Amino acid sequence: MTNTETYNYKVVRQFAIMTIVWGIVGMSVGVLIAAQLAWPALNFDVPWLTFGRLRPLHTNAVIFAFGGCALFSCSYYVVQHTCHARLAFPALAGFTFWGWQAVILLAAITLPLGITTSKEYAELEWPIDILITLVWVSYALVFFGTIIKRKIPHIYVANWFFGAFIITVAVLHLFNSAALPVTILKSYSAYAGVQDAMVQWWYGHNAVGFFLTAGFLGIMYYFVPKQAGRPVYSYRLSVVHFWALVFTYIWAGPHHLHYTALPDWAQSLGMVMSLILLAPSWGGMINGIMTLSGAWHKLRTDPVLRLLVVSISFYGMSTFEGPMMAIKTVNALSHYTDWTIGHVHSGALGWVALVSMGAMYYLIPRLFGRELYSLKLVEVHFWTATIGIVLYIASMWVAGIMQGLMWRAVNADGTLTYSFVESVQAMHPYYIVRALGGAFFLLGALVMAYNLWRSIADAKPVEVEIPEPASAH
Amino acid sequence: MFTFFQSIWTIVVMITFLGIVVWAFSGKRKSAFDEAARLPFEDDQLSDNNKTDSE
Repeated sequence: MTNTETYNYKVVRQFAIMTIVWGIVGMSVGVLIAAQLAWPALNFDVPWLTFGRLRPLHTNAVIFAFGGCALFSCSYYVVQHTCHARLAFPALAGFTFWGWQAVILLAAITLPLGITTSKEYAELEWPIDILITLVWVSYALVFFGTIIKRKIPHIYVANWFFGAFIITVAVLHLFNSAALPVTILKSYSAYAGVQDAMVQWWYGHNAVGFFLTAGFLGIMYYFVPKQAGRPVYSYRLSVVHFWALVFTYIWAGPHHLHYTALPDWAQSLGMVMSLILLAPSWGGMINGIMTLSGAWHKLRTDPVLRLLVVSISFYGMSTFEGPMMAIKTVNALSHYTDWTIGHVHSGALGWVALVSMGAMYYLIPRLFGRELYSLKLVEVHFWTATIGIVLYIASMWVAGIMQGLMWRAVNADGTLTYSFVESVQAMHPYYIVRALGGAFFLLGALVMAYNLWRSIADAKPVEVEIPEPASAH
Repeated sequence: MFTFFQSIWTIVVMITFLGIVVWAFSGKRKSAFDEAARLPFEDDQLSDNNKTDSE
């Protein structure tokens, strides 16, 4: 090897380790608030432990801290390995790590104190929003700077997904967080009324589409082929998958506002575009799963691969459920019920968390030049996580449909059959099952953390040389 | 006027997308895509203990 330049693994390692840490923190808060819904006394009458304040803490921690660190870590690893180039702007790369951790810490302080913009998934107040913007612009510079430095002419499909995720999240964040600050801790949205709602859900749904989907598809397109030891099933399909997904997702937001003050045509547009989304979503799912065609036997022996493949199956399930729930008549039953919560978690636990965990099993030992400590423990993790997800989503399906039916039940004389509190009471057993499901999933994550810790406890970080470009190019 | 440009835009985007599909599935791209699909495995001999199946 004449090339002695190495990959920048430091920032990849930092983000990878914080992925595990924030995953456990975020999921623990989730289990606590799930238990609070079943047993309200668990907020101990402490204001900053109440559900209303901890719920945004939970969502921010699992989406942006756990998911975000996984995306930073994997995208930095993948872009270097598929471009045969060291990360551009090392100082900025370091800043993205410390800056992002600062954002997370500020969220963990402000949200329990009740400081919030009250925009879902964009609760952080304006000074934190500015810090997010700085981190994100640095992220874009590092990522695209590395693409520009690449030694390989082709830009691998995973990088297209990461790139779309970075650009779109920047645009979403800037537009949705536009606000008029009145004090250091309080601002008012730049939009009012139904426009505010539409901008919020244009943001909200595309946070799902680009943060929680495109970014993690980038992870899928690299780590599934690597773990399976085979190239992706169809590269052509991956190209069409990419463009179809980015053309369609951006229009689906209005399905969050069915039967509201939003004009009917916009609601119908959102519903139709959500249904069309089924095609690219399933194209991607098929591409991921079929990567194993001819190597299915590996699922028997490789629990990490199984984790990745099950995550793609949950991706397929939740991207089927999503378009169905976007149909207005279905939404009339499902909206505002726990069915939505179940749907979100089949995507968040089943797809996003499992694909991230699969990638971390691949990544973390390699970043320290080690093998995984125990495949048996991965097996334990796989089953506890899967049982947890099934308990969670099954209980929320039953609870949600029951809620929807109770709310719409009408007596012969036109009065409501049930009072609201009767529907709350009917939820109690399902809330217990849900909390149990969440606890199982958290237990799996703890097993993973132990396993990874044992893998690298006495290891030193490794430096890996960048190979010369292959002669084929 | 706005509706007119909206219609034109819809058609432009539609044709662009169909163009991408035709391009992706054209026979000429096959070998280039096959090569691109193998990109994640190019540094195997150096840093990975991961073995690749022969196709």
